[in-house]
Amino acid sequence: MKYVDEFRNPRLVRAIACRLENAALNPVAIMEVCGTHTMSIFRHGLRELIPRQISLVSGPGCPVCVTPAGLIDACAEIAAVPGVIIASFGDMIRVPGAGTSLENARAAGADVRMVLSAVSALDIARQNPDRQVVFISVGFETTTPGTAAAVMQAHAENISNFSIVPCNRTMPAPLRLLMEEPGSAIQGLLCPGHVSVITGSSAFEFLPSEYGIACAIAGFEPADIMQGILSIVEQVENGNPHVENCYGRAVNPGGNPRARALAEEVFRPCDAWWRGLGLIKESGLALRRRYRSFDALQRFGIEPAPGNEPPGCLCGKILRGAATPVECPLFEKKCVPSSPVGPCMVSAEGTCAAWYRYGIGHNRIHQTDD
Amino acid sequence: MCLAIPVKVIETRGGTDALLDPPVAIVDAEGIRQEVRLDLVDRMPEPGDWLIVHAGFAINCLDPEEARKNLELMNEMAGQVGKAADIS
Amino acid sequence: MEKQIKLDHGSGGMASRRLVESLFLKYLKSPVLAGMQDSAVIGSVDGRMAFSTDSYVVDPIFFPGGSIGDLAVNGTVNDLAMSGAAPVCLSLSFILEEGFQLAQLEAILQDIARACGHAGLDIVTGDTKVVPRGKADKIFVNTSGIGQIPEGINISPSRIRQGDAILVSGSIANHGATILAERLGLDSNDVLTSDTCPLNHLAAAILETAPDAVHAMRDPTRGGLATALWELAESSGCCFEIEEEAIPVEPPVRAVCELTGIDPLYLANEGRCIVIAAREQASTIRELMRSVEQGSGATVIGRVTGNRAANVILSTRSGGSRLIEPLSGEPLPRIC
Repeated sequence: MKYVDEFRNPRLVRAIACRLENAALNPVAIMEVCGTHTMSIFRHGLRELIPRQISLVSGPGCPVCVTPAGLIDACAEIAAVPGVIIASFGDMIRVPGAGTSLENARAAGADVRMVLSAVSALDIARQNPDRQVVFISVGFETTTPGTAAAVMQAHAENISNFSIVPCNRTMPAPLRLLMEEPGSAIQGLLCPGHVSVITGSSAFEFLPSEYGIACAIAGFEPADIMQGILSIVEQVENGNPHVENCYGRAVNPGGNPRARALAEEVFRPCDAWWRGLGLIKESGLALRRRYRSFDALQRFGIEPAPGNEPPGCLCGKILRGAATPVECPLFEKKCVPSSPVGPCMVSAEGTCAAWYRYGIGHNRIHQTDD
Repeated sequence: MCLAIPVKVIETRGGTDALLDPPVAIVDAEGIRQEVRLDLVDRMPEPGDWLIVHAGFAINCLDPEEARKNLELMNEMAGQVGKAADIS
Repeated sequence: MEKQIKLDHGSGGMASRRLVESLFLKYLKSPVLAGMQDSAVIGSVDGRMAFSTDSYVVDPIFFPGGSIGDLAVNGTVNDLAMSGAAPVCLSLSFILEEGFQLAQLEAILQDIARACGHAGLDIVTGDTKVVPRGKADKIFVNTSGIGQIPEGINISPSRIRQGDAILVSGSIANHGATILAERLGLDSNDVLTSDTCPLNHLAAAILETAPDAVHAMRDPTRGGLATALWELAESSGCCFEIEEEAIPVEPPVRAVCELTGIDPLYLANEGRCIVIAAREQASTIRELMRSVEQGSGATVIGRVTGNRAANVILSTRSGGSRLIEPLSGEPLPRIC
């Protein structure tokens, strides 16, 4: 595949890994904030190629993992309303809330369908005029404009049996929160490439200027990711943190204003709960007055339970690199991959899920016991 | 947080009305075709152009010149590493 | 002639008989079946027998490269073949939804007859039930099969040894990617087809020539190559090292996987097999596999590296490595 395979070339990846080995003189803690980066690092086995002195921490950038449990339960509640069709991205279907999941709702008789796009959800609404079609609208800056376009279209065409559960989140606010927390060990941030397509590289400028965080915007192929990490390590070593755009083929400084305008037409910022991180100011999106009739929570009169996290969950600290999973009292007890509590266990590649699976914690415990 | 891949434009359609006839492109990846919406891109792409597609929408046109520069830089690094290895 | 299945067709009365005589026996020509007795009486089978059963509920029921009918025959034939058995005969049962189109049933029977022809065996007994509309989805098929294991064949994961070569018979994930593309409405433009095919001729080809060298075989159906390899490693207590670069994946299959964020290692195959064989004879076995149409893409993808903790290590194309784990839950398209 063009523009994919070139950036998977093992010769390039190895060469950048070699440069990285030479550049990383001191320990560096880097957060890869984007879930797709996490997946790609896992799939291509890149941890094996990254020098030991570099620690990678998976951040809160998987949209389904940060959706609060109460909101997922609310989606399942809507799914149970007779006649309702739920349209959801595949990622969301298995994610558990506090009590249930869309998968469980489907097993109990709900009509839950998987779509690749908000537009497909709108198509389902057109094809089923006598049924209510509810789209579970998860996603960050990259996904929201498309959902906004679908809502505007539904509004223009007067499609009254379509609505969305707005679970959308925006990136800068939680990053600020993570960096402001005392005890944050993060020195560099691998910035989300496709969010940056929309926001532009300038959206991350506050990280180096206010917090001294080295930033690299990276694509998702192995050479892209390795180059991003190399850029961060060099910035940290040189004491020169800035935002480097390593994904020029997709990202420009100003981003995509047209996409942002669509999102802004339909949504307004609001305070929002994040699974594991709590309530974050201006980090979510609500439908503007003009489109409020498309809000499924209002249409069905469902109030999601507030996103109170169970006591003891350390995901917030783990996400900041300030704690490891074995320090969490819930880890491997109440919180396991089959019934996860926090986002680090919800995501298959989250820090806690990976530690659980590969027994990383046990190895460390045994080493220290010895 | 957002899976998106580069695809090649085969043809474009629609666009007479932003909402009632939104512009779309038929795109190809190794023979697999799909229709994607062009609402978010600032220009109507030409057949042969490359788009970055996420959740049914093109989020940007891929810049082939930047891709070339990107690769050149990486190749340069690989070349240097290769040379360093030769010397040692 | 009726156009749709009615409840009567499964009642055991005249409508059932009419369906069998006018449709089933038209395509399924076994004299044993034509006798229409309560059970098929078949000749004796010498030595060890293999017996397998599987049910088929795929949706869509027709897809590029085959139908639920092909899967039902090939699936059970392949389960038998993977234990080293030469399939002898099959049973065939349908659960049909009231209102199912007879024309579609006929098309599926044609596929079943053709698949039986390719595999070289007969359907010798069968059953049909019809359930009220909505109580089943169009058509469910079950097949069971009996096979005979020739003298001297002993295939089992317990025979896997350090140093063995790991082969696959062809490109992976074609079936899973085809079904996924159909379900998601991607236009596969005739470039994607299911790999469904019988593997008994392939298995026979290698077992006749090199019976001792073949230590284990497995068809990586649901759960894909990854899960099948993991299960083999687990039950053999060995460690497998696999080269991503060596695993054949056709470009359109890759494209579907990249578009949906799904790993091709976890997509189903319906006509591929993993062969684990003694290293010294690996190239002979590869050539034997290639000599059969169903194994024309055979290639070595890795090796067995010893009795450390049982696991499967994948060396990735980009030079990294990771542990392969079994599938947990059906692979779903991701946006993240």
